[in-house]
Amino acid sequence: MRLATGGRIDRGEVLRFQFDGREYQGYRGDTLASALLANGVRQVATSIKLGRPRGIFSAGSEEPNAVIQIEEPFPEPMLAATTVELYDGLVAGSLPGQGRLATGPDPARYDAVHAHCDVLVVGAGPAGLAAARAAAGDGARVIIADERPDPGGSLLGTTELIDGVPSADWAAAAAAELDEMEEVRFLRRTTVFGYYDDNYLVAVERRTNHLGASAPADVARERVWRIRAGRVILATGAHERSIAFANNDLPGVMLAGAARTYLNCYGVRPGRKAVVFTTNDSAYAAAIDLADAGVEVAAIVDVRSAPGAAWLGRAQQRGLTVVTGHVVTAARGDSELLDPVRVTALHDWHVCRGALFENVGQWQRPWYYPRPGEDMEAAVLRECRAAREGVAAMDASTLGKIDVIGPDAAELLDRLYTNLMSSLAVGSIRYGVMCRPDGMVFDDGTVIRLAQDHFMVTTTTGNAAAVLEWMEEWLQTEWPELSVHCTSVTEQWATVALVGPGSREVLAGLAPALTVDNASFPFMTWRDAEVAGLPARVCRISFSGELAYEINVTSWHALTLWEAIMASGTVTPYGTETMHVLRAEKGYPIVGQDTDGTVTPQDLGMGWVVSTKKPDFVGKRSYARADTSRGDRKQLVGLLPDDPGLLLPEGAHLVAADVLPEPPVPMLGHVTSSYRSAALSRTFALALIKGGRERIGERLFAPLGGEGGGLVPVTVTSHVLYDPEGARRDG
Amino acid sequence: MLLIPCPWCGPRDETEFHYGGQAHVAYPGNPAALSDEEWARYLFFRDNPKGAFAERWNHSAGCRRWFNAVRDTADNEIRAVYRTGEPRPVTA
Ligand SMILES: [Zn+2]
Repeated sequence: MRLATGGRIDRGEVLRFQFDGREYQGYRGDTLASALLANGVRQVATSIKLGRPRGIFSAGSEEPNAVIQIEEPFPEPMLAATTVELYDGLVAGSLPGQGRLATGPDPARYDAVHAHCDVLVVGAGPAGLAAARAAAGDGARVIIADERPDPGGSLLGTTELIDGVPSADWAAAAAAELDEMEEVRFLRRTTVFGYYDDNYLVAVERRTNHLGASAPADVARERVWRIRAGRVILATGAHERSIAFANNDLPGVMLAGAARTYLNCYGVRPGRKAVVFTTNDSAYAAAIDLADAGVEVAAIVDVRSAPGAAWLGRAQQRGLTVVTGHVVTAARGDSELLDPVRVTALHDWHVCRGALFENVGQWQRPWYYPRPGEDMEAAVLRECRAAREGVAAMDASTLGKIDVIGPDAAELLDRLYTNLMSSLAVGSIRYGVMCRPDGMVFDDGTVIRLAQDHFMVTTTTGNAAAVLEWMEEWLQTEWPELSVHCTSVTEQWATVALVGPGSREVLAGLAPALTVDNASFPFMTWRDAEVAGLPARVCRISFSGELAYEINVTSWHALTLWEAIMASGTVTPYGTETMHVLRAEKGYPIVGQDTDGTVTPQDLGMGWVVSTKKPDFVGKRSYARADTSRGDRKQLVGLLPDDPGLLLPEGAHLVAADVLPEPPVPMLGHVTSSYRSAALSRTFALALIKGGRERIGERLFAPLGGEGGGLVPVTVTSHVLYDPEGARRDG
Repeated sequence: MLLIPCPWCGPRDETEFHYGGQAHVAYPGNPAALSDEEWARYLFFRDNPKGAFAERWNHSAGCRRWFNAVRDTADNEIRAVYRTGEPRPVTA
């Protein structure tokens, strides 16, 4: 967004340009990048291989992302938008990595010049200007070259004073002084790009590009300078270094100095809300400039535990939050990636209801539904209470669903799941775990027996494709004699989880022909029934420990079903965060969150799901290995922090000692899930801890950093923290 | 990017395939009869030659079939492809 004032642009001269077919306006003094940012254009290119969206990362020639193609006045590929001076009539477009050369002849002229000097100064920032002035003052013949249109370099993006005047004015005065000197040649818009033996340097001067269509035909568009210099002074300045974190190539991630340059040089606010992440003092000035320009600075994240007091004071004076001793580990971004986005049939309803979304695999799932004035914590506690005390509903359509049919279907499932599936009665449901041959948990879900030769299995949302491939792999490569077909039906079915002590009553109201009492419709059975007038398959499955149903209808009917449930007036919609809290209170693991490919079912406290009767299944032999029966394997347990308000960070390690010994400190395990519980009126966590079950009742410590390691005391508990006797399951 | 000749579909871009590791490592007929060492050998040990290597591929974004290929790991040339269950062909 363009600020009302400020910057070194000439607001009196409006320049029209096109980008990706759309008309925009900028000002004389803009670069293409600053003009795009001023117009709110955030994605300006895509990466070559993966098509990831790319934005503007820097304000100079170091730009790695915003690589564009100029179409008019003359096609030119692979230019950094940050180095293209804006001119009237410019037509440019984003590039998917590779550009296109012009097909017609280039009408422009080009020439070359040989030059000699006593001193060549490369760069006209503060150091270069000072060096050129000093050398010229001694009578030397000086050439000073700078790639930008205006001298000043880093000074142009700052607000500091030099010799009592604004630094940009100081640079302009120094440059004017050099321009006046007979033996000084000042090359603007000139990039020195080669440095060879005996101080032979090559530079290119862009003489008419910035004039666009009004460039005079008799002036060379570009000039190559071949310079032999007595002495060379490289005053090229420094480029700010980027910091590595996941997704740091997303549009909106920008160097702090660049953000400052867009503000101060171009009068452009590069965003509305910013997190400033730094390893040193330099980013504080950017954070303060951003805040002064009306950008909401959510936080300054400083890796240092003790930043310099002066800048810290200035930041705090402005009310900026400084988070010390922390790093940014990932950017989420709001761009649509090339990776397909999958939404459920109820997505629009969730959007209208103000849901925030979470990406799970390729799916967008409602995360929670904040009411006006609620933050995430308040919304999730309310949704959790609704599920445990009343009735709540979740769109569970993203659950992977695989139809398994054929005379050998039961045999296939017996070989792939750790427990026995062939004994499952038609009409019943069984929970199952799949492991790799090494015995480690690969996925879990439920198996529904539809007929003697027909099952539907569910998988975790993120693993649906992998489980289907797993089944096909074994069928094709090891057991081609089995006659089974596996088909993904994830998108054919929409699934609504109806949860809570009041769920039976809501279902009864919607399905008058269905007998819903516990004896007629017991836990882990399914019924085909008419629900809200729609053909539906209702499963009595609970992922929360409460009385609960999963109602499946064809995707076309999803909205009708959902609205009928909501029309009952008593049902609270809830999202994945509440689902995670509810299942964690019951100690139900999430594969991929509480497991990491090194965890057996026994480690999860689910030895009961591993059949001892079946002669073999994938993984079985590994449970006889010494490694899987070690007493010090990491096991899933619960953790209760002494401070019931303290939320342990997921990933936090646990140690036994209340004083940290000298490194290396023996680690016992780590937190895999951590939440605030409405039912327990406190925080709790799940963790994988060495010999965890033996440690129940022990006190451990989570070193969270800060003074003395910041050891936070916790007590190890069973992983089942809520309703361990399972009294709530039947309502 | 490799151009992989699926024995069912013909040559397709590598991006359509999933790699499946060394071929001809059969699931043991009776795992319970194996010693820990023999089982560990099945689980954890694979060849890593420089030169011709028989490996599994799955045409996951195509016909979804598994097949085997002999690829020279030194120059990435695929010397042969053949269907699951067929013996490894003799390659130069
Ligand atoms: Zn194929």
